[in-house]
Amino acid sequence: MLSKRIIACLDVRDGQVVKGVNFEGLRSAGDPGELARRYNAEGIDELVILDITATLEARRALAETIGRVARELFIPLAVGGGIRSEADAAAAVEAGADKVSLNTAALADPELITRVSERYGSQAVVVAIDAKRAQPGRTDFIVYARSGQTAAGRDAVSWAREAEARGAGEILLTSIDRDGTKAGFDCELTAAVSAAVSIPVIASGGAGSRDHFVDVFTAGRADAALAASIFHYAETSVRSLKMHLRDHGIPVRLT
Amino acid sequence: MIALVDYKAGNLTSVKKALATIGAAVIVPGAPDEIADASGVIVPGVGHFGATRALDAPWIEAILGRIGEGRPLLGICLGMQWLFEGSDEAPQLPGLGLLSGRCYRLGTTVRLKPDTTETDRDPGRDDSNRDPGSVRLQPDRDPVVKVPHVGWNSLDIQRSEASILEGVPQGAQVYFTHSYVAPITGDAAAVTEHGEPFAAVVQRGYIAGVQFHPEKSGDVGLRILRNFVELAG
Repeated sequence: MLSKRIIACLDVRDGQVVKGVNFEGLRSAGDPGELARRYNAEGIDELVILDITATLEARRALAETIGRVARELFIPLAVGGGIRSEADAAAAVEAGADKVSLNTAALADPELITRVSERYGSQAVVVAIDAKRAQPGRTDFIVYARSGQTAAGRDAVSWAREAEARGAGEILLTSIDRDGTKAGFDCELTAAVSAAVSIPVIASGGAGSRDHFVDVFTAGRADAALAASIFHYAETSVRSLKMHLRDHGIPVRLT
Repeated sequence: MIALVDYKAGNLTSVKKALATIGAAVIVPGAPDEIADASGVIVPGVGHFGATRALDAPWIEAILGRIGEGRPLLGICLGMQWLFEGSDEAPQLPGLGLLSGRCYRLGTTVRLKPDTTETDRDPGRDDSNRDPGSVRLQPDRDPVVKVPHVGWNSLDIQRSEASILEGVPQGAQVYFTHSYVAPITGDAAAVTEHGEPFAAVVQRGYIAGVQFHPEKSGDVGLRILRNFVELAG
């Protein structure tokens, strides 16, 4: 049976892993290479390196970090953040990424999804969708671009469908309302998108406890769940999370 | 020395890295005659079966030539599917045909169950020829199963003597990403289930194939690559 995947996200800025709340207020969480090694040893299923670096110089240093991580770890590695063109996607793949994550650039130019998937295959293209409830309590979800700063004028479910039709291999779905809050994943958002597409949906934003993962894999119908802070500060180890999921009847990979 | 055949179906970086990690010397031949000295040949690849069109007659001749001299061949993902007679993904295009059977899309070999949705029937439909005692059948699909099949899934090892699987424990998990699968025949060494069972590992003598990505499957994947490199000697 296909396992539910646990994915660790490293938001990297100027060579350091950082994490904020609701996309703001960053604090440092350590060296990306060291964290990647630790998660791999604990049995993480996949890594996402999200580049939130400001300067070109730091961006080059990150390519070296990606290369170092990719040389050591033999699990899927996705790279996102600031990928605006096929050339940026090619640079990430050459650095060692198996998948590239497209967000703002795909909203501005949806054809980019098709071009990158034709070049590297759909399995290499993740479309990241940052979504927010139109109003608290409402179940329509608005897509935001530019790290959650600008409303993109799109509905999350219809954008996910379009991304799939254009060649996306997976959807990385982040709830802006829940990001960094540790209040749990937005299971309604995740289930709505997961039911609308046949490609895997990775739920993100809000992981605070092991039970939140149980919820997102059952009520949320997620294929994978991504978290950052819960792992960075060693509040929950990947292994203990997977044991907990297994005890709740959810298929996981235990190494 | 292992020849890694680049026919522009996906990126070879991670396969190269994995082979380097286990200490294998690798060449990426620019032309078919450059594999003449290889101790083993790997055909990797992701994406559409149509991409195997680039493996034209000179490549086929060179690859069959190495096999004829007792050198092992490993197909990875699309490369494994190419070892079969063909694929429904590109019906006009023959595969290498070393293994019998055709590849097909996951979820198309559906089980049928009695149709209980009589109320949904098209009122304009002509049922006059229908045997009143018959039961209409409809696809019995598990709605949880998504295609493509992406992620870690377990190997149900059928033939533990297969050298490509030496040291791989029963139930070991490996990383898949694909929509088409190879049929289960006598060549299947391990089977995986995703809505339906399919061949995850095949081996017939010096010819082996894996549907998953050993270069992305942690220690289990590295072990399988090492088994192949040892087979190449």
